[in-house]
Amino acid sequence: MSHPQEPDRHRMIHPDLAVSDDEAPRSPDGHRLEHGAGTSRPLRPRSHEPQPRGARVHGHRPIDQNEAAARFIAAPEHEQMHDERLWDLRQKRDRQMRAIPEWEELREIASRIKQHTLSHLDTYLEQFEAAAKANGVHVHWAEDGAAHNRIVHAILRDHGARRLIKSKSMLTEECGFRHYMAASGIEVIETDLGERIQQLDDEDPSHIVVPAVHKLRADVADVFARKLGTDPDNDDVHYLAERQREATRPLILEADAGLTGGNFAVAETGSIVVCTNEGNADLSGNVPKLQIHSVGIEKIIPQVADLGIFVRLLSRSALGSPMTQYTSHFRGPRPGTEMHVVLVDNGRAARLGMEEFWTSLKCIRCGACMNTCPVYRRSGGLSYGATYSGPIGLILDPTFDKRKYSTLPFSSTLNGSCSNVCPVKINIHEQIFAWRKVLAEARELPLVKRAMMSAAGKVLSHPALYRTAIRTADSALKVLPRFVVYNPLNTWTQGREMPPVPKSTFHDWYAANHPAPAEDPTSPEAKP
Amino acid sequence: MRVGLFIPCYMDAFEPEVGIATLELLRRFDLDVTYPFDQTCCGQPMVNTGCHEEAAATEALFVRNFSGFDYVVAPSGSCTHQVREHMTAIPQTPDVVAVRARTYELVEFLHDVLKVDAFPWAEFPHRVSYHNNCNALRGIGHARPSELHAPFYSKPLDLLAKVKGLEVVELARPDECCGFGGTFCVFEPAVSAKMGHDKVRDHARAGAAYVVSADSSCMMHQRGSAERLGLPLKFIHIAQVLNGAAA
Ligand code: SF4
Repeated sequence: MSHPQEPDRHRMIHPDLAVSDDEAPRSPDGHRLEHGAGTSRPLRPRSHEPQPRGARVHGHRPIDQNEAAARFIAAPEHEQMHDERLWDLRQKRDRQMRAIPEWEELREIASRIKQHTLSHLDTYLEQFEAAAKANGVHVHWAEDGAAHNRIVHAILRDHGARRLIKSKSMLTEECGFRHYMAASGIEVIETDLGERIQQLDDEDPSHIVVPAVHKLRADVADVFARKLGTDPDNDDVHYLAERQREATRPLILEADAGLTGGNFAVAETGSIVVCTNEGNADLSGNVPKLQIHSVGIEKIIPQVADLGIFVRLLSRSALGSPMTQYTSHFRGPRPGTEMHVVLVDNGRAARLGMEEFWTSLKCIRCGACMNTCPVYRRSGGLSYGATYSGPIGLILDPTFDKRKYSTLPFSSTLNGSCSNVCPVKINIHEQIFAWRKVLAEARELPLVKRAMMSAAGKVLSHPALYRTAIRTADSALKVLPRFVVYNPLNTWTQGREMPPVPKSTFHDWYAANHPAPAEDPTSPEAKP
Repeated sequence: MRVGLFIPCYMDAFEPEVGIATLELLRRFDLDVTYPFDQTCCGQPMVNTGCHEEAAATEALFVRNFSGFDYVVAPSGSCTHQVREHMTAIPQTPDVVAVRARTYELVEFLHDVLKVDAFPWAEFPHRVSYHNNCNALRGIGHARPSELHAPFYSKPLDLLAKVKGLEVVELARPDECCGFGGTFCVFEPAVSAKMGHDKVRDHARAGAAYVVSADSSCMMHQRGSAERLGLPLKFIHIAQVLNGAAA
């Protein structure tokens, strides 16, 4: 036999999924450009398959991720495109990783820097605040999302701002900022293209790095036709991008204020570092006279020198490109302008005190765990009904609402790929596992699940009960699904045939062929 | 060397021939193999669902059955992972600690403990794709997962390389989870079945006639998926191949 070697690139895309007309951007010498999500293509140029929508949210009731995922899978063009596009990002990430001999060492160093910083968070936050103030920056502290929204609103009101341009920020999603501002009379314009698409469609981002990755270009054409008046039958990417640019640029240039998130906040210099591929954070930061940066308190790193480690890991992990196109450092206001930083807790300090889960704060929001997650790729990010989806979402969301997100840690096979790709070495799948225990102990499991586990535990701890239960093929078929595949609803046959039940169990075969006491290893053995 | 044989509950019921092959294979190496009669399960179904309390009695029963052996061997990476990494619902007495530390999955046991260098009785002249169970791969280190920057190794492929005539084909997504995931397969049926379908299509496209794995649970799910799709794939446990199954 032969050992499989590292598989070569052209074999990684299934032949029946490859498209012949490669319209991806190309360099002058004809190579596909490697940067950004732009090189990931939809499977077919057009589709009229309606875009599946996300989880149905009913207040604090537990999210039914499986139901939303089932609808996503029932839209095969979307599901296949999504799976293939994100798998493509995972492969690009692998290629970047293989080109860096010290990759695992980088992950280890990054993890240690984060753990160190988180263990001395108060010190570094104070250092950051002092440095930022010395740079002429206004620093605000927000203990939760509501406080963040009030603070930002107040800053805008004080300056009489009518329009805010905003670059992508998961933190502001977490705070429900856009919804809050809708009632304020101040217009908010997203400047990240994917986020703008989602804003126009009135839908949450489905991925923390590529927010509209679940949409086919036909879906985008639909949204733009409705909101920007483009030709609904023209889904050419250049046409759509250009029209969006024409519609949005003037709004950007005339905005009164700009807001960005932050990838890193450097304690040493008091600066905010934002990594983008579209340069849109620079628009938010540099065009209006008022700039605001909303940053989670866990984004602190001690010094500029540490940044090199994270910048090398971030884009390689996220999109499989060596660098983001723009790595912008915002250190202080330009002459005649104001710069504000809002440092947001929103549950982070409490998370820091959770023994099993505090290391989730190391997250640099690269999305690699989502790209590699086989469940996420087939469900779409909106199926989680939460700000954060995919593996990192499963371990963050329950800290925001234990009941509503009690089901999410079960939307995983615990395969562990997420932990292996994580650039800051968060033991994601172990935390998913640990959350299940916490939720079971908090009585947040559905009654039927708990009752089944309790029954299974009884049968499996009593050999005689267990033997009776699976004695005959008939009873095994009836009973086994209950405690081997725990299947009161008979969901197994959804997509799969039942396994045939053999004539006898191993146990009975062994008993029949080992007539002497089974514990006696010297017993004569009949050949099976 | 006294070896206690653990046959997981689903294997006991659905795949007795894998248990038989494991027992025969171990006996070829002159081991003193015992099958403790009161065994049932390792507790994984409950623990995986977060119900550690409900798993305690089953875990205690496992330890009672398997105390005192030099090694406990199980033809399942997933159950071995449960015993070694997650059997914590019961107090960690010296007995419990010893049983957990001495529990090996069959491939590991052959590769690392017995260091078997030949299976002269084994011949399997077929194109085979190997399925790594995720707990075997990333939980107990059967092979180098594709996400990590580390030299390639694979214990199961090392063993299969010693089988005459066997040819391993490459998957497009070598370590992609098949979607079994324990109780995941019934609580999240849509995604689980889709993952199963994608997995078996990958095997079929790679040109495999047989899928070989050290875990019957994944194969039960994949076989069900292949049958539903009408793909002509056959599934066989690595214990059977190494024991010289003619297929
Ligand atoms: S958990 Fe790790 S892999 Fe996932 S987004 Fe955060 S840093 Fe990236």
